[in-house]
Amino acid sequence: MNRRQFLAGGLRGAGLVALGGLACDSERPRTGFLGLMERANERFQRALFRPDRLAPELPQEDETPEGEFPAYFISPRVPIAPAGWALTVRGLAARPLTLSLDDLRRLPGTSIRVRHHCVEGWSAVASWQGVRLSEVARLAGIDPRARHVEFRSFDSGYWSSWDLESALHPQTILAYGMNGAPLRPEYGAPLRLYSAVKLGYKMVKYLTEVAFLPSKGGGYWEDRGYEWYAGV
Amino acid sequence: MARPKQPWIVRITHWVNVVLLAIMAGSGLRILGAYPKLGPVGEEYGWYPLQGVEPPAVLTLGGWLAGARHWHFAFAWLFVANALAYAAYLAASGEWRRRLFLPRRDLVNAAGTFLYYLRLRRAPPPQDGIYNGLQRLAYTGVLAIAPLLVLSGLAIYKPVQLPRLTALLGGYDAARVIHLLALLAIALFTLVHVVQVLLHFRTLVEMTAGGRAQEDVP
Repeated sequence: MNRRQFLAGGLRGAGLVALGGLACDSERPRTGFLGLMERANERFQRALFRPDRLAPELPQEDETPEGEFPAYFISPRVPIAPAGWALTVRGLAARPLTLSLDDLRRLPGTSIRVRHHCVEGWSAVASWQGVRLSEVARLAGIDPRARHVEFRSFDSGYWSSWDLESALHPQTILAYGMNGAPLRPEYGAPLRLYSAVKLGYKMVKYLTEVAFLPSKGGGYWEDRGYEWYAGV
Repeated sequence: MARPKQPWIVRITHWVNVVLLAIMAGSGLRILGAYPKLGPVGEEYGWYPLQGVEPPAVLTLGGWLAGARHWHFAFAWLFVANALAYAAYLAASGEWRRRLFLPRRDLVNAAGTFLYYLRLRRAPPPQDGIYNGLQRLAYTGVLAIAPLLVLSGLAIYKPVQLPRLTALLGGYDAARVIHLLALLAIALFTLVHVVQVLLHFRTLVEMTAGGRAQEDVP
């Protein structure tokens, strides 16, 4: 390739960027060139992901001091669970489930203490007690056509959708406890999603529903422009 | 073989890098602004003097956190590709010999040039090739920072899926510090570089038009 060909190719590329809807729009960053690169980055992240790679378990002394672990919700006040709360598990499942908190506590439990990574850049550590989502998926008998999982909440419609592989990771759990105590309302009581392999905004709190679906959904922050895959 | 002082691949990758580095720095500073502290929550590092200070908006790109993140992760690949094209050219053409800092050739000259800048020496030492020793040291140093910038960025982006890299850099929060310090080092280099270029305007012409053919190409 000589200099002339190189420059001609570069000019053609720049023309395409200018004309072909490949603009960079900060207000709508999931469209245009930025959106194209988000999809490339999703492929990169999926290629890096290993279902059996575990985030390091941290010692208790690494836990963030009580009360300093940030607590985010979108409702104007801390959402409180409605009376008779239960989790619905539905979608491409042989046995759709309705699980009360007691039902969930009777399932084989687990506890993880891993670093939490927020999209804003901070990290914090807590231990989380609950049941693996893979265990709930097994009980519900999910169908091989299920490729994505949607999580809904009673926090003013906050929701998210995940790839199935991350949802079935052994460190992705439905948590009802934090640092050995029952989950408090500001951290997502009675039940929240917790995972070592996603950014914080993917971990829906105040859960009402888990749906195993064939296609990709959106989410509260995803629909506003944040990355969909958001793995760490 | 005669070759201009700045061959065309060097000129193109240099100016592309100026644009890409500006995009990466601006979007990176906007991302930092979403949580302008260093250290895990509740254990912020005491030595960092700018805890809680947001970078000035005029230096940032992307408008908001999601916008800046998309800019950063989109253009990071172009930044890496451009750097690799430059590195491959340097290696394949032999240009590295007249550009990189080779201690046996350049150390004494670099020290002499430094003393000259400090006005502790009346005349600069005689220059060997296209750059003096201190220039070679600065250019090689900033090239060495680039991999650190990229690797620390990858560790922050994928701390769980790249566990060995993240551990090597001291963990997620340490990698964030390294990423910011690498940017600071490049910013300091750029500041000195721009002042020097303005003082020696011919170099700007050469980096744009190529400059006269040199017979000392290795």
